[in-house]
Amino acid sequence: MRAITDSVTMTRRQIKHLWRYPTLILTYTGVPVVFLLLFVYVFGGIMGAGIGGDRATYVGYLTPGIMVTTIAGAAQGTAISVAIDMTEGIVARFKTMAIARVSVLTGHVLGALVQNFVAIAAVTLVAVLIGFRPSASALDWLGVVGVLAMFAFAITWLSVGLAMVTKNVATASNLPMPLMLLPFLGSGFVPTESMPGVLRWFAEHQPATPVIETLRALLTGRPAGAGFLEAAAWSAGIALLSYLWARRSYNR
Amino acid sequence: MNAMRTVVSVTGLRKSYGAHRVLDGVDLTIPQGTVFALLGPNGAGKTTTVQILSTLIKPDAGEIRVAGHDLAREPDEVRAAIGVTGQFSAVDGFLSGEENLRLMADLLHLGRAEGRARARELLERFDLTDAARKPAATYSGGMRRRLDLAMTLVGTPKLIFLDEPTTGLDPRSRRTMWQIVRDLVRRDGVSIFLTTQYLEEADELADRIALLSQGRLVAEGSPEELKRMVPGGHIVVRFADPDGYRRAAGHLGATSGDDAGLTVQIPDSGGVRTLRELLEWLDTHAIDVAELSVHTPDLDDVFLTLTQEPSAQRPSPKEPSR
Repeated sequence: MRAITDSVTMTRRQIKHLWRYPTLILTYTGVPVVFLLLFVYVFGGIMGAGIGGDRATYVGYLTPGIMVTTIAGAAQGTAISVAIDMTEGIVARFKTMAIARVSVLTGHVLGALVQNFVAIAAVTLVAVLIGFRPSASALDWLGVVGVLAMFAFAITWLSVGLAMVTKNVATASNLPMPLMLLPFLGSGFVPTESMPGVLRWFAEHQPATPVIETLRALLTGRPAGAGFLEAAAWSAGIALLSYLWARRSYNR
Repeated sequence: MNAMRTVVSVTGLRKSYGAHRVLDGVDLTIPQGTVFALLGPNGAGKTTTVQILSTLIKPDAGEIRVAGHDLAREPDEVRAAIGVTGQFSAVDGFLSGEENLRLMADLLHLGRAEGRARARELLERFDLTDAARKPAATYSGGMRRRLDLAMTLVGTPKLIFLDEPTTGLDPRSRRTMWQIVRDLVRRDGVSIFLTTQYLEEADELADRIALLSQGRLVAEGSPEELKRMVPGGHIVVRFADPDGYRRAAGHLGATSGDDAGLTVQIPDSGGVRTLRELLEWLDTHAIDVAELSVHTPDLDDVFLTLTQEPSAQRPSPKEPSR
C-alpha cells in the first residue's frame, strides 16, 4: 500500500519536472522527427521503390520504426534524470526516510512513460502531417498503445539500471545511446530480408524487430500474429531483469 | 543506562572499506535533548559514522540503538524517528521551496491540509516565504541549507543528523544556522548529532564533543572539560631589548623562551592575579616590554594535541567552491 502511494507521490514529482521544463520533451522528439523527415524526403523515393511502392508507402513503413526510435531516445532522458538524482543529496534524504524504497525508481519509470507517450504522440502527429495514413481500428490502436507501453516500460527500466552503473551524469546520458541503433539494425527502416547474412540474423532476433513488426501490422489493420507474443516476451524479460538490476544497484 | 533518556547508543562500531579501517571500535552515548558534536580532521570517519547511524550504509560490527530502536533489526522505525541534513544539499532544485516541503509531507502521508499548513509554517519559520514559489535551484547557499533543514523538520524527527551544516556558508548565514539549531533543541526538544570541522561551531553549539581521529574516539567531554585536558593557558611576553630579556627570563617562572625573538612563555595559573604580579614586577625592575598577550586554551589546542596528524599544521577550514 505504502509502495503505491509513495510511487504516486514520486511520479507526481517527475511530472512536475516535466511540466516545469517542457523543452525536455522537445529534445527527445527532435531526433526522431529529424530522422522521419530525412528518411521520407531524402531517401523516401528510393526506399519506397525498394519495398514496391512510393514515398507515401514508405511513410507508412517507416513510422513504427520512428516510434521505437523515440522510445530509445527518451531512454537517454530517463538516464539523465535518474543520474542527476543519484548524484545529488536528495537520494540520501529519500533513503533515510521511512518510505517504500523502490518508489524513487518507480516514480522515474512512470514519469518517463508519460514523457514517452507525449513524445510518441508528437512524432506521430508529424508523421500524419506528412502523409501517414494508418488504417487501424480502435481495437488495433489499443494494441498499438499496449505494445508501445510494454516496450517503453522495459527500455525505461533498462535505462534506470544503466544510469546507476555510473555516478556521472554525462556518462549516464551516453550509455543508452546504442539503443538508438536497434531500429536501424532491425526492421525499422528497411526490411530485414535486404540485409547480408549475420546482420540479417541479428536483425531478426533482437527485441526491436518484433515490436516494430507488430506495430506495423496493427497500424495497417492486419492481425499482429506471433510477433505480438515475441514482443511481449522480450519486453517482459528486459523489464524484469532491468528492474532487479536497478533495484540491486539502488540498495547497495 | 536508561534507554528512555538515551537517543543514541553505540558500542564497538567498526567499518572497513577493503583494507582501510574507517571506524575502529567507536562507543558513543548521546542523552536525549542534547547537542552532540563529532569533531575530527578530514577522513577521520565522521561522515561514515553519520551514514551508518542514519541507515544509509551497514556497519561491519557494533551494537547500535537509535531513538530506542535496534538499527540492524528495525531500520524503518529508526528512519521514522530521524532527520538527516547532509553536507550536500538534499533539495530538489527543479521544484519550488514550497513544493519540496509538500513532497516531504506527501511522503510522510500527512494529508493535504496538514501538509500545506506544515509547509507554510516551516517557510515562515525559516524566512523562506518570499521565495516559496521560486525553484530551489535559484536559492542562495544559506537559503538552500534552510530549506534543507525545513524539509528534514516536516516529519518532526526526534533526532537530527547535521553533517557539516555550515560548510561553505558565509559568516552571517552560519550564525543564522547556529541560532536555528539552538532553537531546535530549546523549542522542539530535538536531539542533534552534529559533525563539523569548525571548532568554533562545536564550542558554540555542543553540550558534549567527541574527537574522532583515525577511526577512534580519542577524547570525549563538554567543551570545558576538553579544554582543561590540554595545557594551553599562558602569557607571552616579548621584550624590547636583549638586556631586559636576560634579566627577566630567570625570574618569571617561564616555561619556554626564545632567545632570538626575546620572547618568554609563562604559565597562566592564577588568571588576573598572575598578570598583575607580572606587570608589577616588570614595572619595578623598569624592563621595557614590546608586546604582551594572554592566551586561553581553545578547542584548536585540544584538537591539535589529541588528533595525531602526520603533518602538524594548523588545520585551515576548507573553503568549498560552491
